[in-house]
Amino acid sequence: MTTADELVTRTAGLLAAHDPATTDPLEFLRARFDAGLAWVHFPPGLGGLGAPRALQAVVDAELAAAGAPDNDPRRIGIGLGMAAPTILRYGTEEQKRRFLRPLWTGEEVWCQLFSEPGAGSDLAALATRAVRDGDGPDAGWTVDGQKVWTSSAHLARWAILLARTDPDVPKHQGISYFVCDMTDPGVDVRPLRQLTGEAEFNEVFLTGVRIPDAHRLGAVGEGWQIAQTTLNNERVAIGGQRTPREGGLIGILAETWRRHPELRTHELHQRLLQGWTDAEVLRLMGERLRQQLAVGQPGPEGAAAKLAFARLAQELTGLEVELLAEDGLGYGDWTMSRPELVDFTGRDAGYRYLRAKGNSIEGGSSEILRNIIAERVLGLPAEPRSDKDVPWKESAR
Amino acid sequence: MTELDLLYSEVEEDLRSAVRAVLADRCPPQAVLARCEGQEPQDAGLWRTLARELGVVALQVPEALGGAGASLRETAVVLEELGRTCAPVPFLGSAVLATTVLLAAGDRAAGEWPALCAGDRTATLAVTLSTAPDAAFPLGVRADAAGALTGAVGSVADVPAAGLLIVPADGPDGPGLYAVDAADVTVTARGSLDLTRPLADLRLEAAPGRLLVGPDQAEAVLWEALLTGAGLLASEQLGLAEWCLATTVAYLRERRQFGRVVGSFQALKHRLADLWLDVAGARAAARAAADALATGSADAAVLVAVAASHCGAVAVRAAEEAVQLHGGIGMTWEHPVHLYLKRAKADQLALGTPGRHRASLATLAALPVPGQLPRLPHV
Repeated sequence: MTTADELVTRTAGLLAAHDPATTDPLEFLRARFDAGLAWVHFPPGLGGLGAPRALQAVVDAELAAAGAPDNDPRRIGIGLGMAAPTILRYGTEEQKRRFLRPLWTGEEVWCQLFSEPGAGSDLAALATRAVRDGDGPDAGWTVDGQKVWTSSAHLARWAILLARTDPDVPKHQGISYFVCDMTDPGVDVRPLRQLTGEAEFNEVFLTGVRIPDAHRLGAVGEGWQIAQTTLNNERVAIGGQRTPREGGLIGILAETWRRHPELRTHELHQRLLQGWTDAEVLRLMGERLRQQLAVGQPGPEGAAAKLAFARLAQELTGLEVELLAEDGLGYGDWTMSRPELVDFTGRDAGYRYLRAKGNSIEGGSSEILRNIIAERVLGLPAEPRSDKDVPWKESAR
Repeated sequence: MTELDLLYSEVEEDLRSAVRAVLADRCPPQAVLARCEGQEPQDAGLWRTLARELGVVALQVPEALGGAGASLRETAVVLEELGRTCAPVPFLGSAVLATTVLLAAGDRAAGEWPALCAGDRTATLAVTLSTAPDAAFPLGVRADAAGALTGAVGSVADVPAAGLLIVPADGPDGPGLYAVDAADVTVTARGSLDLTRPLADLRLEAAPGRLLVGPDQAEAVLWEALLTGAGLLASEQLGLAEWCLATTVAYLRERRQFGRVVGSFQALKHRLADLWLDVAGARAAARAAADALATGSADAAVLVAVAASHCGAVAVRAAEEAVQLHGGIGMTWEHPVHLYLKRAKADQLALGTPGRHRASLATLAALPVPGQLPRLPHV
């Protein structure tokens, strides 16, 4: 097993062979991947060393201290957080070798084509069709349909895609999982402007998009189970970061409170103290989750962290607008733009208030998360479903 | 800020199992219910078992004094289990509040340990149960130069029939904490909202007292005892909330209406999911407070305020949800859920309300209270 000391030595070797001060950043990132220091818990040859995940922090600290470039993980979050773990688990050797390196270095951005206008919380109802075109070695799939809420689609080289390959079986069984080439001429990406004024998301229209069979992940009809891996990783990515006390939104709010005695009222003070306490409880819950993962006892608190975060973010951002009084009435910029990142803290309170409304909708709505907790953690039965054992094409939609 | 340990160690889990097994045997809900209307509302036999067989009534007391030489983290685990059963034992008063003062008193308390650790005697801190850590030093009792105490304290928890009272009193040289034999005090039981933690009013008329902590330290030691009590009460509240959640989930998985198990209705599932989330937060907060108190962290006051305000509210919500979601049976005397509701509501007031603990964060976390608002014209 790889130790922290070995990783320090290995990182020093990388830095000696590729001085960050004189090496092109992309070349450095490729060399880091090839040295197994990209994500140490990945297997050798795929950017890792098969080391414990917790030891990544050792490498990151050494590289940060040396001023090495990073792969701007926030820009490629969908690739790192969702596509990569899924490809690692279900991809063929060839798929892993082709996709993981440029994914990690950021040369190729990924997006996720899951949700549809008619398939949101009920993702398994999706209607985008993939039809097999022939049986020979060049056989592939032709895809038609419409996807929505796709962040980074306008930047992406590749997408992970769920499409229906068999409409004659119940909805969960007829789905397959593909890697879709976003440069295919049948892919039409249109910005979807949201209530903040900007367009973080896109609609993606797929018309006669051709996908070679070699870009199918896992078996035909296995798409739903594979998607669970992707979605569980999304929730861990959203809820799993470590934050210091007063990190994030509560820190902004507390600083505003301290700087502006003239804005303080008793009612706002009560809510500020409640919000501060709630933020600290959530921070401790996240910290407890992290400690459980570190000793190999993952708890079900992961789904809970996202649910709690959405509730808290909405409370705190609403409070901030009220506290700011005159400044709360303003709004920085309604101009339509297409940001590469969701930057919560860099913009004004009005933006934060509006953007936080999405926290309880994106990546599994709070209502769906409550169902997941109730059914999978508490063991309560599911609501009766009329469409579960009915062929998809006959189900009510 | 030092790293908090928010998990339960193997030793702590073993301790939990041992305590839980004894309580399951000795303290089932129907027995607790029967006892609370009887002549002896607290279970002295169970206390002796906790002391002699399990050795859990002096966990954080050093071994040299006859204790277990463990820490407040382990004491907190015992409180979780006692909260889960609403056990009618004087643990909060004796093993937490009084013990904290006695440990601070050093040699002056040396003679008290053998009987306390053996479970032959219990002690309590003679303060009104609703006293918050940041309250002013209570002055309802005066001590004269000879150490005779006169005055009254209302609504004290866990008062022993014949045991030790630690009485805060205004002495000739300032505030002090005095040891008084309960037999020398007029103890009047009073009706209490919480059936499983009886309250009594104390009347002292020149009761002989022995100074444990003098004016230089008395306020600080009382604060430490109340802070420790409030922080560990969060663990009791956690255990109570866990029982309410688990019992309600179990009931909703069995109860059928409209031809289906009622736990399959989203309206109910979502309430329980939210409650589970609050309990998960309570677990993290209670562990954080216990760990910070155990290590003497400078951050303990903040983490106690967070835990006390969060866990106090969660326990009440869990008990109220349990009553509501049990439907009619939850309203009966026969079903034990009311014991938990009463304990939770009383605990919410004990050692400072959630609002009072939150308010203390105005100072502790530098979130100052608003100043005077401008006067209205013509008023």
